[in-house]
Amino acid sequence: MNRTLWTALRALAITVVCLIIAMPVVWMIAAAFKTNVQVTDPTVGLVFSPTLENFRTVLADGEIVRSLGNSALVGIVSTVLSALIAVPAAWAVGRFRMHSTGSLVLVARIVPAISLLVPWYYLFAQLGLVGSYTVLVLSHMFVSVPLILWIMIGFFEGLPIELEEAGHVDGLTAFGAFRRIALPLAAPGTATASVLAFIFSWNNFMFALILSDEDTKTMPVTLFNFISYASTDWGGLMAAATLMTLPVLVAAVLGQKYLVAGLTAGATKG
Amino acid sequence: MSGFDRSHRRLRWLMLAPALGFVGLMIIFPLLFTLHLSFTDAFGAVNAGKGYDGGQNYLDALGDGRRFWPAVWRTVYFTVGAVVIETILGLAIAMLLRKPFRGMRVVRSVLMVPLLATPVAIGILWLLILDPTNGIANHLLGALGVPPQEFLGSVSQSLPVLMLIDVWQWTPMMALLLLAGLSTLPEEPEEAARVDGATSWQRFRHVILPGLWTTLMTALVLRAVDALKTFDILYATKGPGGGSDFEVETLNVYAYGLTFDYQEYGLAAAVLVLFTLFIVGVVVLLRRRSREASA
Repeated sequence: MNRTLWTALRALAITVVCLIIAMPVVWMIAAAFKTNVQVTDPTVGLVFSPTLENFRTVLADGEIVRSLGNSALVGIVSTVLSALIAVPAAWAVGRFRMHSTGSLVLVARIVPAISLLVPWYYLFAQLGLVGSYTVLVLSHMFVSVPLILWIMIGFFEGLPIELEEAGHVDGLTAFGAFRRIALPLAAPGTATASVLAFIFSWNNFMFALILSDEDTKTMPVTLFNFISYASTDWGGLMAAATLMTLPVLVAAVLGQKYLVAGLTAGATKG
Repeated sequence: MSGFDRSHRRLRWLMLAPALGFVGLMIIFPLLFTLHLSFTDAFGAVNAGKGYDGGQNYLDALGDGRRFWPAVWRTVYFTVGAVVIETILGLAIAMLLRKPFRGMRVVRSVLMVPLLATPVAIGILWLLILDPTNGIANHLLGALGVPPQEFLGSVSQSLPVLMLIDVWQWTPMMALLLLAGLSTLPEEPEEAARVDGATSWQRFRHVILPGLWTTLMTALVLRAVDALKTFDILYATKGPGGGSDFEVETLNVYAYGLTFDYQEYGLAAAVLVLFTLFIVGVVVLLRRRSREASA
């Protein structure tokens, strides 16, 4: 009896925690399907006849569509380039215990981004690159490379070294062992790290706020500019915010197990 | 050294060089440049400074009781408040989820939503929920008999409200990190304590908590660094200067405003150097505490 009671209480507590975490996001998504009259009427809860009008308005807005495209483009290019340089580096650090070099990751995480933005702006302005996709990709890579390094160092350390040593015995060079043995085994880790890197690029606000221009600005900046219209078009704003959050929600549902492993990588060891 | 080892050595530097070179280039020049700027009176343009000013910016910042010190205190208030609540709640949630149950996958997905969602979008959704006249928050409070609140429209409530939004957003991360830490603990010591008749609180306090200490401190450092640097949600909800009365202007928001709204590059650089030293100090302090405790 006592045991059943505890189980029930625990289930209740877990449900409450989940509701508190999920409800604000559910409320946002619901608002995206409401008319502007319904959005501003708090007595309209989660039961109403949904409208797609807000999404129609938002998707007819060239600025929003282009910003979403820009976010996707910058996210994909910066993630692919980051993985290309960070995965081999992580292997080198993990295999050869070069942990002092790994501390650069920590430095990159500590330094306030604004202290880098002014010099970047100055430097890239000299090169005529401010406002270009190049400078956005480079700035986002500055976040992605340390992130992928951080996750993948732990991943390679977890792979048994015997497999690569067996490769050496069979005549593979060290690089061959990396390419033919370690890299395929690291595919799930690389995928996880890349998805996370893409999400952090997709969410990045401050870099694009300074370094992008009208044509290259990403969705968080566009969304920010739309806040001033909030009082007149909550529905449209919520639809735009929902579109922005959609890829993240999909990733959270489909990849939860891997993403949790990636996010918590490195935290459980000293 | 055999030829094989030599080729290994060359290879590992080859593999490391692009990533290390990239991060190094993106960080070393900017840091030196910021340090240089902090000693000039650059205003309007970064190269407008007329030589070194002997640390005048630092004196100006440290002697500024109107913007700088209030920003320091807001940063401390926001960070300490958020991180302490997140740690306690995160630990409680991790303990709650520790034993396997049906539906763990769903719960894990839910936990990931706030920390992966775009901060600007999160700011916007809370603006709707907390809207003083039309928001659901005041509607619900009204049902409980609480008078309507101004929330983000009020000078005194904005910072605590944003701190609580941070708690909503980042407690799940804390819970996930601690859950990962709990899963690595061996079961034997806990079983032994149970056999010896320890209560569940004693087992938590004297067996689980010490075992979890390293993870807890690592999570604390990571979270504190990010909380100190919080920008997106403050700027998205309150705009430049952290509101009309600078009510949520933390050091990061202040440095941003000095740089990009006022072009006070010299002073901004000095504030950023002080801010960076502050963060480094916090990290060093927390890491030393964690090492002392585990020794």
